[in-house]
Amino acid sequence: MRGDMQTELPQARYSYGGDEYVFVELAEGMSLKVNFRAMAITNRLREENIEGITDICPSNASYMVRIDPDVLHPDELIGRLREIDAEVGDVAGVELRTRVVDVPVMMEDPWTHETLMRFRDRHQDPNSTDLEYSARINGFESKEAFIEALLGSPWIVTMIGFVPGLPWCYQLVPPEEQVEVPKYVRPRTYTPERAFGFGGGFAVIYSVEGAGGYQLFGRAPAPVLDVKQRLKDFRESIVFPRPGDIFNFRRIDREEYDRIEAEVEAGTFEYRIREFTFHPDRSLEDPHAYNEEILGVLYGD
Amino acid sequence: MAIRVRQPGLLTTVQDAGRFGYYDIGMPPSGAMDLFSYRVGNYLVGNPDGAAGLEITYMGPELEFTGDAVLAVTGAEMPPKINGEEAPTWEALRVREGDVLSFDYLRSGARAYLAVAGGIEVPEFMDSRSTYTLIGLGGHEGRALQEGDELRVGEPANGSGRVGRRLDERHIPAYADEVELRVIIGLCSYRLTEESLEEFLTVEWTVTPDADRIGYRYRGGELRFVEREQPPGAGSDPANVVDLGYPVGSIQVPGGVEPIVLLNDAVTGGGYATIGTVISVDRDVLAQTKTNDRTRFRSVTLEEALQARRERRELLAAIKEELA
Repeated sequence: MRGDMQTELPQARYSYGGDEYVFVELAEGMSLKVNFRAMAITNRLREENIEGITDICPSNASYMVRIDPDVLHPDELIGRLREIDAEVGDVAGVELRTRVVDVPVMMEDPWTHETLMRFRDRHQDPNSTDLEYSARINGFESKEAFIEALLGSPWIVTMIGFVPGLPWCYQLVPPEEQVEVPKYVRPRTYTPERAFGFGGGFAVIYSVEGAGGYQLFGRAPAPVLDVKQRLKDFRESIVFPRPGDIFNFRRIDREEYDRIEAEVEAGTFEYRIREFTFHPDRSLEDPHAYNEEILGVLYGD
Repeated sequence: MAIRVRQPGLLTTVQDAGRFGYYDIGMPPSGAMDLFSYRVGNYLVGNPDGAAGLEITYMGPELEFTGDAVLAVTGAEMPPKINGEEAPTWEALRVREGDVLSFDYLRSGARAYLAVAGGIEVPEFMDSRSTYTLIGLGGHEGRALQEGDELRVGEPANGSGRVGRRLDERHIPAYADEVELRVIIGLCSYRLTEESLEEFLTVEWTVTPDADRIGYRYRGGELRFVEREQPPGAGSDPANVVDLGYPVGSIQVPGGVEPIVLLNDAVTGGGYATIGTVISVDRDVLAQTKTNDRTRFRSVTLEEALQARRERRELLAAIKEELA
């Protein structure tokens, strides 16, 4: 089993990002397995506290390390990364100490709806909404069935970036159930803060207002970035999401949206969070059964 | 002592060497775009490394000093004037209480740096005083300077002993409107056809009006991607890859036209294929180019890039010693 799984992933590509970065593309295609590898490798690298490393950035199917090459030669780092890669292998037995988080989202909210209508001329299908279009090209009978699939299983945060705090999320479902949508033909010049978007195979919450090219499905009432650190969940960092977090996007109505927004305003909002030790191999083996267990941890008490 | 902003100039921001260690949460480094000029400014006025100064883009501000100070203007040739009298660049100058520093029009380069003995004392945010305007943090209230702002200046390390110190002529960079930037090809360069990679390295590119602290966009050629069935998660455009991290200085080519070099305030990741990275030393050169300037990209090895880096470090050490 172990040998079989290892051969499924191609050879990693190691490359220099100028003189200050090492970029490692583990695979060209996205999969949960490749992301678990990226996380396991970068977690181990972080534990080693190697002198000369300034930033360790796991991403979806790759990762990047910023170094001071005067202290650590890029080739020396690559040598160590190849060793760690071999040690991590197919992530069998790897554990990720993470969190499961309830992330309320209002689908088809008035704010992203206004936005997507305004930028219809930049979209593949000017005559339907982003949700209708995405449901159709993914073979769903209805918009509702599509929403059900999106919100029916939890997601894992596979990368943070673009702008501070923006989480890329990939759904914990088998490859054949992964939803995939193109980005806008031409990016929008405006996206509301906290928009719930989708592009390629990834769901995101836009942490700040700005340009964007992902399909717009809804909006979250609670922030993922709080630069003033007013909310309790942001005391340690201005950014809430962490790589490896498991987000359950929970559909809410306008009433709950307004209530949460008022709590955020008042500074009393707290995310529902449960500590969790995630076993990638269990998720790969039987994602739906494992998801039940994960949601039990989140909502069980 | 403080600096009063009478006119802000086009885009004047507080910057230091940058904010590091937070790239994984999507926080770009910000910081001075031309680190050579920024560093030499601090040497001239006797500041410790890392003291914050002002980055002045294209058009200078008008600044009033509320007390005596020692300052130096480095970088782009944008001659400073004290109370209307032209003063030299790359030299430690004295100003007195009530003096006004202004700037003549830009002669060459794009960004000038103002170092003041004692440094600009804005609060540190995540270990740096650099301005990051996108989320409105760092620097002076997270934004470019505006008329009426007042910037506190720190206590100088060793008083006014440095007035008159100047950088030796042979170290002063000349800024041309035609430059060559060295790049290390790599990252997702396998996405470009061989001919297109060759074209990228031979075409003379022109800086478009889209050229700022986020990135520089160029025009001049058209590049093609290798045809493939797009892998899971990447999205449908041939320029798209599964979203990944972007090194500072990395080059991407959305749509095959208009390569973009990402710079200090750029997005930290995204779904466009990156094809290479401008080496750190040459980002100083890039930072002094402007719209309509012409640029060629030349491929170098890692060893050449590290050699250039070593030479730059030794040069800065020698300059620091000369000015000490």
